[in-house]
Amino acid sequence: MIEIDSIVKTYEGVPVVDAVSMTIQPHTICAVVGTSGSGKTTLLRMINRLVTPTSGTIRIDGEDIRGIRPYELRRRIGYAIQGHGLFPHWTVAQNIGAVPRLLKWSKADISARINELLELFQLDPSQYRDRFPSELSGGQQQRVGVARALAARPNILLMDEPFGALDPVIRAKAQEDLVAIQQRFGTTVVLVTHDMEEAIYLGHNIAVMDAGKLLQFAPPKQVIGRPATPFVQELIGTSERPFRLLSLSKIADHLEDGDADGDPLPATATLRDAYSELLWSGRSAAPVEKDGRLVGRVSLDALARLAARPQ
Amino acid sequence: MKPGLLLRVFALALLIVLLVAPQAFRDFFALFVRPTQPPIYTQGNLLDITLSHLMIVAIAIGLSTMVAVSLAILVTRPFGAEFLPLSRAIANVGQTFPPVAVLALAVPMLGFGTAPTLVALFLYGLLPIFENTLTGLTTLPEDVMEASRGVGMTGWQRLTQVELPLALPIILAGIRLSTVIALATATIGSTVAARTLGEVIIAGLTTGNTAFVLQGGLIVGVLAVLIYDSLSALEKWLARRTGRLTRADA
Repeated sequence: MIEIDSIVKTYEGVPVVDAVSMTIQPHTICAVVGTSGSGKTTLLRMINRLVTPTSGTIRIDGEDIRGIRPYELRRRIGYAIQGHGLFPHWTVAQNIGAVPRLLKWSKADISARINELLELFQLDPSQYRDRFPSELSGGQQQRVGVARALAARPNILLMDEPFGALDPVIRAKAQEDLVAIQQRFGTTVVLVTHDMEEAIYLGHNIAVMDAGKLLQFAPPKQVIGRPATPFVQELIGTSERPFRLLSLSKIADHLEDGDADGDPLPATATLRDAYSELLWSGRSAAPVEKDGRLVGRVSLDALARLAARPQ
Repeated sequence: MKPGLLLRVFALALLIVLLVAPQAFRDFFALFVRPTQPPIYTQGNLLDITLSHLMIVAIAIGLSTMVAVSLAILVTRPFGAEFLPLSRAIANVGQTFPPVAVLALAVPMLGFGTAPTLVALFLYGLLPIFENTLTGLTTLPEDVMEASRGVGMTGWQRLTQVELPLALPIILAGIRLSTVIALATATIGSTVAARTLGEVIIAGLTTGNTAFVLQGGLIVGVLAVLIYDSLSALEKWLARRTGRLTRADA
């Protein structure tokens, strides 16, 4: 659990982060959204003491981080940044092993952990271990960057626009990977992004920041349905609201009994995907399949109801 | 083999023959002297003089490197930032002083011989190495520096594991510059009785023996070119390894 308690950071008297308080529950993803200059990155960097707050406290599992030496704190917290920040003079293996090496793990443990992570990120160890970052594609560099952040099995992972430099296809894949990894290890993730779509897709909770202030801290459904201020509403995009709401749920959670014509949709798809597919194929309902079996149907009527503003 | 490399190997071979068996070039150098003059310098062994010349340069540049790199590291740390202008000024003074003047000033204090030459070369070598080390340490990629803090390196670990390795190619470029300057400047050390190749050139000038001047000048020139080239090659290799240069640039 990360408790942020009326944290303030001023630069030359100008507040960049202004009295922000929030509690990030363990094993959740918290997406911090805001425009550039909103203070979201500064807030993130205060959690691992890359930035020293002007006032206020941050506690991790109840422990005030001011009582922990900065470099020791940072070895306990994973940190992934935009443009990955891989050490260009180190191989992939050396990069991933950076924190375990600082923590003085044994060579064998480090090596095993490197292979484990490379396999987790679908990079063949025999092929990639000894490559230099300049010999990787952008998507591979980003995966190695996240692997490095996870190397010492941190409970907390901080990510600063980690997918910002990726093209849309690779980006979607990287987001899926992050969700899978977060679920598997139960890591608490704090992710900074300027992309509301990304925040809605990834975040269990969304923190919306503007001009150093925390405007709203709530689950995506609430941020979409009950935006705290006009600015939050603007970030979501008024015309996008019903679709963003649909994108939060899977077909599997809203199955109807019965049958329909045409190709079936996978139960794991989001309602938004289903809506889009129905409109495009000109059907009013479609069958849903799960593990190769038809398990029910999804209809335009039901989707339209679900897309309405929550009461 | 590339023609450039072939040329350098050839130059190195010629240089070695000239140093080990100078009499082999007797007929060539005889073209530049009157029949009464000796065509080959024999008042001292050319190989010994060259090694002594190289040794003086190596010691002076070694000391310059240690002092200049340490200074640059100090002034790029948070606590040393206010000394940046001062240290720049000191290194600049070292550069603006003509080496002859340093020799003249150092002789009364240090006496004749190698010591005043070492001092002059040392001072002269400081600035390029200092400036390059500063450039190397202050132009490191920002995301990499951020990451080195983010993974939990201490200040010392950041310096030795990230900053210096990444700055090394640029630091080496400074050392290369200083070395080549020192190779040439060391010749004037002979005026205060340091054992350098200047001895051969001065002997030629005082007796009007063009062959001596040529011998001294050629050895210094070829040495400078060869050392310059090998340090350049080392830099390129390092830069490629540290990812500051892509394969295409190299």
